[in-house]
Amino acid sequence: MKRGHGALYAGPVTVWLTVFFIAPLLVILAYSFMTRGVHGGVRLPLALDAYAALANRVFVKVTVSTLMIALATTGLTLALSLPTAYFIARSRRREALLLLVIIPFWTNFLIRIYAWIAILGNNGFLNTLLLHTGITSEHVQFLYRRSAVILVLVYTELPFAILPLYATIEKFDFTLLEAARDLGAGKAQAHLRVLLPNIRSGITTAVLFTFIPAFGAYAVPQLVGGTDSMMLGTIVARELTVTRNWPLASSISMVLTVLTTAGVVLFVRANRSATEQARQAAMAQRAEALGA
Amino acid sequence: MRTRHWFSGWFFGLTMLFFYAPLAVLVLFSFNASRAMAWEGFSLRWYVELFCRSRMLWHSVGNSVVIALSSAAVATALGTLGAVGLYWYHFRFKRYVQIATFLPLILPEIIMGVSLLVFFAGIGVPLSLLTVFIAHVSFTVPFVLLLVMARLEEFDYSIIEAAYDLGAREWDALARVIVPIAMPGIVAGFLVAVTLSLEDFVVTFFVAGPGSSTIPLHVYSMIRFGVSPVINALSVILIAGTIVLAFSTRNVYRYIVGK
Repeated sequence: MKRGHGALYAGPVTVWLTVFFIAPLLVILAYSFMTRGVHGGVRLPLALDAYAALANRVFVKVTVSTLMIALATTGLTLALSLPTAYFIARSRRREALLLLVIIPFWTNFLIRIYAWIAILGNNGFLNTLLLHTGITSEHVQFLYRRSAVILVLVYTELPFAILPLYATIEKFDFTLLEAARDLGAGKAQAHLRVLLPNIRSGITTAVLFTFIPAFGAYAVPQLVGGTDSMMLGTIVARELTVTRNWPLASSISMVLTVLTTAGVVLFVRANRSATEQARQAAMAQRAEALGA
Repeated sequence: MRTRHWFSGWFFGLTMLFFYAPLAVLVLFSFNASRAMAWEGFSLRWYVELFCRSRMLWHSVGNSVVIALSSAAVATALGTLGAVGLYWYHFRFKRYVQIATFLPLILPEIIMGVSLLVFFAGIGVPLSLLTVFIAHVSFTVPFVLLLVMARLEEFDYSIIEAAYDLGAREWDALARVIVPIAMPGIVAGFLVAVTLSLEDFVVTFFVAGPGSSTIPLHVYSMIRFGVSPVINALSVILIAGTIVLAFSTRNVYRYIVGK
C-alpha cells in the first residue's frame, strides 16, 4: 500500500454520503426525540412521545403484519427461485434463459405492479373472464388484501433472488453430486446435503435481497393492499405526508432502520459461523480420512 | 441429460409463466378497441392517445433521461475514485467510509426517501429536479463502488507499483493504469446506475417537487386514477424498450470492454 492518497480518492464519495445520507439519518434520529410542530415539522422540547406512541396496539399489529408479509414473501420467493436458478445453471442455453429472467427484472417496477392490478382488479382481466364464462356471478375481491400484497411482492422480488442464486449454483462443481450418488446418497439427499451447503452464500444474498425490500415495502402495499395489509412503510408515509406527524414518522423510520440493520447483521453473522463450522467439520473429516 | 432435470424444469416453467403471463395480458389489451378488459377488436387508439395526447408523460420521460444520465455520471465518478481509495489504501476513518457506503445498500429505500425529504425541508431546499438528482446519486453510488471494487479484486497492486517505479505520477497512474484496468467495472457501474435511476419510484416519490415528475411517478399517478388502456400501451413501449436496452447494453458493454 503506497503513499497517503487513499483519503483523497475516497474523499468525494465520503463527503457526498455524509451530507446526503448520514446527516439526513441523524436528522430523523433527532426529530424522533422532538415534539410535533403545529403545521407539520417539529419543535422543542425534547420528548419521548414519538416512541411512546409506538406502544399502542395498532402499531404492534402493523409491525407483526409487516414481518409476516416479508417472511411469507421471502419463503415463497426462495421456493420458486432455487429450482429455477438451478435449472438455468444446468442448462446448455444459460445465456438465453438468463435473458428471460433479466427482461422482467428490467421492466419498470410500477408496470410490474400495474400488470397485476389490471389482472386482479374488480374490472380486471380475471374478473371479466370469470363473469363471461359464468364461473362466478359476482366480482371476486382479489385486490386490496394481504394475499395480493404477498403475490405482487414475490413477483417484483423474484429476479433479485434468482440472479445471485444462479451466480453461486453456476460455480458449483456438479460432479460432487455424482460422487454423493456413487457413495449411496439418494437424489434428494445429495441435493440437500451436498448442493445446499455449498451454495449458502447465494441463498444468504437472495434472502437479504428479498426480505429487505419486502420489509420496507411502500409502493406495493399502497397500491394493492387494503386495511389488513398495512405495512410499516405505508404508515411512515402517511404520518409524513398526510397526518404530518414528523416525530412519529421519524420514530417509525428509526424502528425500521434498527430492525433491518440488526436483522442483516445477525443473519449474515449466523450464516458465516454456520458456513465456518461446516468447513471446519469437512476439514476434520478429510484429515481423519487421510490419517486412516 | 435434459430429462433428468424434470423437477427444476417444472419450476422453471412455472416461474416463466408467472413472469410473462401478466406482461402478455398487458400487451394484448393495449390493442383492444374498448376501455374494458374484455376483448372487442383490434385498435391502435391507445397508442395514438399515448403519443399525441400525453404531453405531461413526455415531460416526465425527459426528466427521467436527464436525471438518469447526470446522476449516473456523477455516481460513477465518485464511486470509482472511492473504490480505488477503499481497495488499495489505508487511511484514517476508513471504517466509517465503509459503513457509509454499505449502509444505503441494506436499508429499505423508504428510509432514504423519508430522511432526505425531512433533511431538505430542514435546510430549506425546495423539492425540484435538483433534489431528485442528489437522491439518485446517493442511492446509486454504493452500487458503482461495489462493482468497481469487484473488478479491482481481480488485479494485482504490483501493476500500479510498477507504474510508479517507471516514473508515473499519481495522475498518470490513475488516468493511464488504474482507470483502464477498472474500465469493465466502471462501465457496468454506470449502466447499473442508469437502470436503478430510471427504475426508482420510492425515493423519487419523496424528494420530487412539482414539475419534477419521472416516468415511475407519472405511471403511479396514472394508476391511482384507475386502470387505463393508455397505461397498457405505455407498458408495451417500456417493455419493448427494456428488451432493446437489454440487448444493446450487452453489446455496448462487450464493445467497450473489448471481449
